[in-house]
Amino acid sequence: MLSGAWPFEAALLLGSGSGELWPVIALTFEVTGMALVISALLGIPVGALIALARFPGRRWAVALIYTGMGLPPVVVGLAVYLLLSRSGPLGDLGWLFTPAAMVVAQTVIAVPLVVGLTMTSIESLDPQLRLQVRALGADRSQEIRALLAESRQGVVAAMVAGFGSIISEVGAAMLVGGNIQGQTRILSTAIVLETRQGEFGLALALGGILLSLTFLVNALLMRLQNRTPWWPGR
Amino acid sequence: MTAPTYELSSVARDYDGRRVLEVAGLSILEGETLAILGPNGAGKSTLLRLLNFLEPPSAGQIAYRGHPVRIPPPLALRREITTVFQHPVMLHRSVWDNVTYGLRLRRTQPAGVHTQLLRQLDLEKLARAPADRLSGGEAQRVALARALAVQPKVLLLDEPSANLDPYSMGLVEGMIQSLRAERRTTQVVVTHNVFQARRLADRVAMLLRGRIIEVAEADRFFEQPSDPRSAAFLRGELVF
Repeated sequence: MLSGAWPFEAALLLGSGSGELWPVIALTFEVTGMALVISALLGIPVGALIALARFPGRRWAVALIYTGMGLPPVVVGLAVYLLLSRSGPLGDLGWLFTPAAMVVAQTVIAVPLVVGLTMTSIESLDPQLRLQVRALGADRSQEIRALLAESRQGVVAAMVAGFGSIISEVGAAMLVGGNIQGQTRILSTAIVLETRQGEFGLALALGGILLSLTFLVNALLMRLQNRTPWWPGR
Repeated sequence: MTAPTYELSSVARDYDGRRVLEVAGLSILEGETLAILGPNGAGKSTLLRLLNFLEPPSAGQIAYRGHPVRIPPPLALRREITTVFQHPVMLHRSVWDNVTYGLRLRRTQPAGVHTQLLRQLDLEKLARAPADRLSGGEAQRVALARALAVQPKVLLLDEPSANLDPYSMGLVEGMIQSLRAERRTTQVVVTHNVFQARRLADRVAMLLRGRIIEVAEADRFFEQPSDPRSAAFLRGELVF
């Protein structure tokens, strides 16, 4: 039954101390958070490198990244599934239908977004800035950190986009995680399950919780955009 | 005899196959202020980038303090030299953070001298202001303070007072003159302002279409330029 009172239902769910909901929320954060951190650690330096370096095949690399930004999650899920399945090349890891597999899939989805948006935000900086920083005595790593600091609004936007692409993603999480209760069930896959079972009110309530969490995380990330970076040599 | 800070031999710089600079020979002496005069597009800014070792020459050799330099040069060498660009880019932080930026790169703490620098350039009241919202004149003064904060041995200035009001121009030129008198900093000032070159320079090099056509002591250059094109430029005529 479709319920118009889903916000109340969501509040009840959260307040009821239900043994099922909080682990789902916690796992959503754990998987998405881990994937976002890995994506940032990989994607920001790679994006900076591609923006600043000139190398043969750079245009192809950029085209590849732009293609990656539009990767269908379900295709990523399928690829990761095949890699991690028992007969796949990484089958020995035993990660299929575990949160680790979901982190891998979500990282693959988010990395091209973080790389691509970091790259474009650095490329859109004033070209004189690089010379200016170098003329003031920056070494190579200080130069890159300075450029990242100056393009932090774009870098944070890259993380917001990466986060947005994986927090609500369902295809890959379902394929490689399996939506196993208490093990790999996250908010997005739980919504699919409840919808299929006709529990529309519950699904809507879960959707509301997911949206609220997304809003909170984005608000936190946006605070970073206007903060002076803490790292040295900026 | 004063040792040369720079010696350029057969230096050329090409962009996209087009030669924009060709300097057969040029010495810049330690502690002197050399003005590079020339019309727009003469290759003046390119020459400054080469002197700051920000880009390599396409041909020829630049020796710094008697040693030929390969690009990229050692960091310590590069940190002896800095440039104030014609259109300085401000970092998106406070004026104080901009002025002390070079020090932080060197992991050095600001000292009283930097507060004094702000006072001399009339930037004290702006110390906490966001540097990206300054007027052109204020930004130019911040850029000079930022360059001087690292106490460079060589200061390269690209049109240091272009678009400045007379007050800001006076402050900037005053600093340049006191640097020469007190610290004997080697300075190269690129300008197309003949009067400014006359006020600041010990020697003048006239650059035209990428080539140095004349180098002379400032007094002699302005009184009796040996090249007719220099004379025409000083008269305010269009020269090519």
